[in-house]
Amino acid sequence: MTHHIISVRTYVLIYLALMVLLVATVGASFLPLGGAHLPVAMTIAVIKAVLIVLFFMHVYYSSRLTWVVSVASFLWLGLLLAFLIADYFSRGWLDIPGK
Amino acid sequence: MHTTSASTTLDESQPLLLSHFDDLEQQHNASNLGMWFFLATEVMFFSGLIAAYTVYRALSPEAFHLASRHMNRVLGFVNTLVLLSSSLTMAMAVRESQLGNKKRVVWFLVATAVLGVGFLGIKAVEYSIEIHHHLLPGAHFQIPSEDLTEMKEVSSTPEELGLLKGRFQMMFVLYFFLTGVHAFHMIVGIVIVLIMANLMRIGWFSGHGTTQIEVTGLYWHFVDVVWVFLYPLLYLID
Repeated sequence: MTHHIISVRTYVLIYLALMVLLVATVGASFLPLGGAHLPVAMTIAVIKAVLIVLFFMHVYYSSRLTWVVSVASFLWLGLLLAFLIADYFSRGWLDIPGK
Repeated sequence: MHTTSASTTLDESQPLLLSHFDDLEQQHNASNLGMWFFLATEVMFFSGLIAAYTVYRALSPEAFHLASRHMNRVLGFVNTLVLLSSSLTMAMAVRESQLGNKKRVVWFLVATAVLGVGFLGIKAVEYSIEIHHHLLPGAHFQIPSEDLTEMKEVSSTPEELGLLKGRFQMMFVLYFFLTGVHAFHMIVGIVIVLIMANLMRIGWFSGHGTTQIEVTGLYWHFVDVVWVFLYPLLYLID
């Protein structure tokens, strides 16, 4: 069995990076960013999630099949949100009777 | 080469190879992949609530902004800290199982469970504060007076005000469902981690239980990832 054993140093560095990002997301919520709040918060959350998935969950060192499954699971969420948002945002664009 | 098939002494450091797998690597990958498929269904499970959240927030950003001010940011922050720390101890448990240090695996698993229980304790305190302030959706739900005045200011018609009041409560419905379902996953995770710690202690697993602990870790980290998104979505709207 070939296991890539991640060093304690890497784990601690990832942990510290997560802490910094946590403080960053709280800090950003106090800044006067206006409409940019949600994109900023979500970008930080995605970076945190990617760090956890790649290193804590070892996907970075896993087989290609694991890569495909892990990426695909988030792809479904992306598809769901993309079509949902496209629907709700475009509803007022055309004046279709009986809509 | 292994020629003795009827050997009575088991090499504890090597996992048992089940007959339906070609080799240990395939056996390990199958377990890992199985957990990932389960986690893919878990993403979809949470997707429904996230989608509902997206729609309602897009329809009434003001209501969500007002409702989010009632979430306890400090407790939420501490909880995120606790959960990320539990992920570190879980990752360390996996590492120790790969190295074959059984005692350390048990201790790191216990530490993970303790942090998990701490998270749930803080969550319970938050819930009790919110319930005390009549913010649990249902018959006893009351919109705080200062929010009501703000809603009256921004809405021009009574219908608009009614809609805002409904969406304000809807934010709490989503909050309690999202965090509640997440807390349920935490409870399941803590139970599994403690079972694993005990099985590790009594020497149940072959091959230091590396595969089993790794797969448990995947589930634990996934629950952590969910919280990483819930925290900014529910607590940090401004």
